[in-house]
Amino acid sequence: MFDIALSALGQVMSGGHLAFLVLGVCVGLIVGILPGLGGIAGMSILLPFLYGMDPVSALGMLIGMVAVIPTGDTFTSVMMGIPGSSASQATVLDGFPMAKRGEAARALSAAFTSSLLGGIIGALVLSFAIVMARPLVLSFSSAELFMLTIFGLSMVAVLSGRSLTKGIAAAGIGLVIGSIGTAPATGEARMTFGIDYLYDGVPLVVVAMGLFAIPEVIDLLKRGTAISETTGLGGGWGKGMRDVLRHPWLVARCASLGCVIGALPGLGGAVVDWIAYSHVVQTSRDKSQFGKGDVRGVIAPESANNACQGGALIPTLLFGVPGSGSMAVFLGGMVLLGIQPGVTMVETRLDLTYTIIWSLALANVVGAGLCVMLARPVARLTQVPFVYLAPFMVMIAMFAAFQASRSMADLVALIVMGAVGIYMRRFGWPRPALLIGFVLAPGAENYLYQAVQFYDWGWITRPGVIIIALITVVSVFLGLRFGAEISSEGESDSADQQTRGRQVAFAGLLLLVAAYCVFEAAQLSFLGMVFPLIIGILALIASLAVVLRIRSGRAAEIHDDDASLTLAGESSGRERYLAIFAGLVALIWLIGFIPAMVVFFPAFLIIAGKARPLTAAMMTAGAVGFISLITWAMTLRLPEGLLGLTLF
Amino acid sequence: MKLLNKSGMRSMFLGAAAILAMPISLSAQDFSGETIEWTIPFGVGGGTDVWARFFAPQLSDALPGKPTVVVLNVPGGGSISGANQFAMRASDDGLSILGTSASTQYPALLGDPRVRYDFADWTAVLASPTGGVVYVDPKYGVTGPQDIDKLRGEEIRFASQGATALEMPVLLGFKMLGLNIKPVFGMESRGAGRLAFERGEAGIDFQTSSAFISSVQPLVDGGKAVPLFTLGVVDADGNVARDPSFPDMPTFVEFYEQATGAKPEGEAFEAWKALMLAGFSLQKMVVLPKDAPAEVIAAYGDAAKAIVEAPDFRQRAGDELGDYEQLVGPDADAALKEALTLDPGIQQFLTNWLSEDYNVRM
Repeated sequence: MFDIALSALGQVMSGGHLAFLVLGVCVGLIVGILPGLGGIAGMSILLPFLYGMDPVSALGMLIGMVAVIPTGDTFTSVMMGIPGSSASQATVLDGFPMAKRGEAARALSAAFTSSLLGGIIGALVLSFAIVMARPLVLSFSSAELFMLTIFGLSMVAVLSGRSLTKGIAAAGIGLVIGSIGTAPATGEARMTFGIDYLYDGVPLVVVAMGLFAIPEVIDLLKRGTAISETTGLGGGWGKGMRDVLRHPWLVARCASLGCVIGALPGLGGAVVDWIAYSHVVQTSRDKSQFGKGDVRGVIAPESANNACQGGALIPTLLFGVPGSGSMAVFLGGMVLLGIQPGVTMVETRLDLTYTIIWSLALANVVGAGLCVMLARPVARLTQVPFVYLAPFMVMIAMFAAFQASRSMADLVALIVMGAVGIYMRRFGWPRPALLIGFVLAPGAENYLYQAVQFYDWGWITRPGVIIIALITVVSVFLGLRFGAEISSEGESDSADQQTRGRQVAFAGLLLLVAAYCVFEAAQLSFLGMVFPLIIGILALIASLAVVLRIRSGRAAEIHDDDASLTLAGESSGRERYLAIFAGLVALIWLIGFIPAMVVFFPAFLIIAGKARPLTAAMMTAGAVGFISLITWAMTLRLPEGLLGLTLF
Repeated sequence: MKLLNKSGMRSMFLGAAAILAMPISLSAQDFSGETIEWTIPFGVGGGTDVWARFFAPQLSDALPGKPTVVVLNVPGGGSISGANQFAMRASDDGLSILGTSASTQYPALLGDPRVRYDFADWTAVLASPTGGVVYVDPKYGVTGPQDIDKLRGEEIRFASQGATALEMPVLLGFKMLGLNIKPVFGMESRGAGRLAFERGEAGIDFQTSSAFISSVQPLVDGGKAVPLFTLGVVDADGNVARDPSFPDMPTFVEFYEQATGAKPEGEAFEAWKALMLAGFSLQKMVVLPKDAPAEVIAAYGDAAKAIVEAPDFRQRAGDELGDYEQLVGPDADAALKEALTLDPGIQQFLTNWLSEDYNVRM
């Protein structure tokens, strides 16, 4: 076995193969940096090369791409406060405040170093696990997977900030939004209002972008400065690396968490970062800086999300069942190369298996190396006046949202979720809680039904279920006992007691959503009804509690960072900017994406940014050129526009 | 509006130019410099996607003028969203094609209200059949049709994607055999269903031919699974033949006959054959709008023929496509027209069955 591993390493390291691996890494980094794009876009670039390649090079290239997506996405999370992909959602919580504080380079290099270590640990685990993981993966049935979704939901206790009630209500609303679409057990349509788009549910990219990207862009515009509040870049990359080396056990623990969660098909990479993040919060003595720019909050999710890829390869290779979204892409690539994954492959083609493992480790090294080199120059972007960056970010967000299902409705949903995100931020509702609920809703429902149908109610007594339940209880206990002080929503305003009416109104709106969920659930068949009914009632009770607590002036629930301005009868500009973005969506719908950007860019730069026409023209050309190039190179699509369709 | 269609104009000009330039080959269709967009209403990495990505570069090579062929994944609604979008937007100049699968065909057959497409508007130029195998857990002590009573005596769970998914004829087959099968719906893929079987949650399972060969055969060899029957290959006249990938295994019809002592017949069997024809005999199809010019359709037919008849095609296709005969050109289209016309009585039978047994309303 050892000699095969070494000869596989020799093959991977030889010139030609290495070149393809690096090519894959470069594509993976670009795909990771651009939010909303995943393995699909990467695959469409690499595919033309795949034909006629020898399997070692081709596998190296594919693995190279897939492995570094969670490395590249850190740039977007730290620099813009937008999750570059679902695996880096939690990195935003501390990475972005660090960038605001002028420590972007430190945050980035800490992230890349932990990505590197996490990735290598993942490859290591994979190389041992591949020979004996079969019983482990087989021991996770739908019942254990359901308990894991509950464990994931219990993270809300840690991520709720000051008010657990608000956290539960937000998670409940997330679950409600996540159960829009077709009921998994019966195929009945739920809360779709007869809109075709909603039959498949709202895409994750759209929800994550709406909740995080739109409010961040608007918040920065409102402040009217650069992202970074200080002028220096701070300690730079050496400091970030030292940060990671100071916490070796944290990296090891989070990487192990990442491997295990990645190895379970079905749960996916979308929660692994939250679990790692909660883990670091729970186990740290000084929690006061989490959510405000604690470097450990960057190290934890970043070590976990790269290790997750190694874990995800276990079921992919052993069973031919993809462990995550990007592994589905990798699986497709393998089949195209004429390699059938499965036990047979692992046992008889050990050389290929080791090729994959070595490529994974190497890709992590190459990817992290490239990123560390780029970290400092890219971090300078945080010092550009934000008003110049805003149109780029809006363009990227809309571009990414549209790739979710290539429907104009994606952009409408983006604006709606953006509005929700803005007010959640303003009134101090933890957005991560909503996102976790949303991500876990389909899994929770599906696995619960499957568990009940496979085992009746006996599933509760399965040893695995009991173990995970105990871990969940301990985790919730720790989360509550040490009262998380993390605030993902910034500081409140001193006048917040006086705008209680508005705060109640927003909470009431969420209450109505929960009530509607209950109302609609009541009309479905039994199996279609149970889940939305339970979560609807949960969200209803929690949001009702929030309403009552705000009315009675409880400090933990009162939050309004716009209170003083509102009392003075002024607007902070949030609604205005949201209206501008909504207008942009309408324009895209009317005349198509590129023409709309050609109108929007100069208008925004000149009016809001006071840019000179020539500068505005050059920036417009650059942005439109960039997006066209990406669209062409990755064979993506852009909205065409009603007018264009009619004329031609 | 159709007359003003930009690409239509372009192909008119191109056609005119071609006529002026090459008066000899009047009907020659040339795609040089064009990009053909192949809509796949599924995500990346799934069966239909891999199938399309196998054919795409070959199609690019075989079509006159060697156009670029790009695969456009539009997942959602179990393929309905992507197919709807294609029906709404596809241009009829041969630059838009669609790849369909059983889960595109069945809802159209059953009149699912979400379906906005009509196979009658499309012409098929290539159809890839597949087969499948049903196998059980050895714990039931069943080895063949003679043990049918043992099988009937147990409540057996079956992990399925959904009542109207690929497994539909399999579920109907179970019903015809009088088995007490309890399907657990909501599996993400057939692969996830197989995992449930391997974990011992499901007692019976079904995989398509390629998946059976690569992933279930090792289980059979290790004594962890017992194959019962293949679905067989159904032709347009309703004849059921043995599956060329598994010539030694009985078909569902043979199994039924030996188990019950009579040939299957009646509405249920007619419905079963119709489902087999639409979902397995033509499991995956390349279609384009039927309004496309005749020479465009002919060019596709010729290209498909050239690909399938290439000497090394069988070898390159490997287990993924199996030993099934690919239908090309007019043959594919004739088979499509045959498969997608359902007797109203049979459709009624199917919708009643789905609603009674699984509470699915169409």
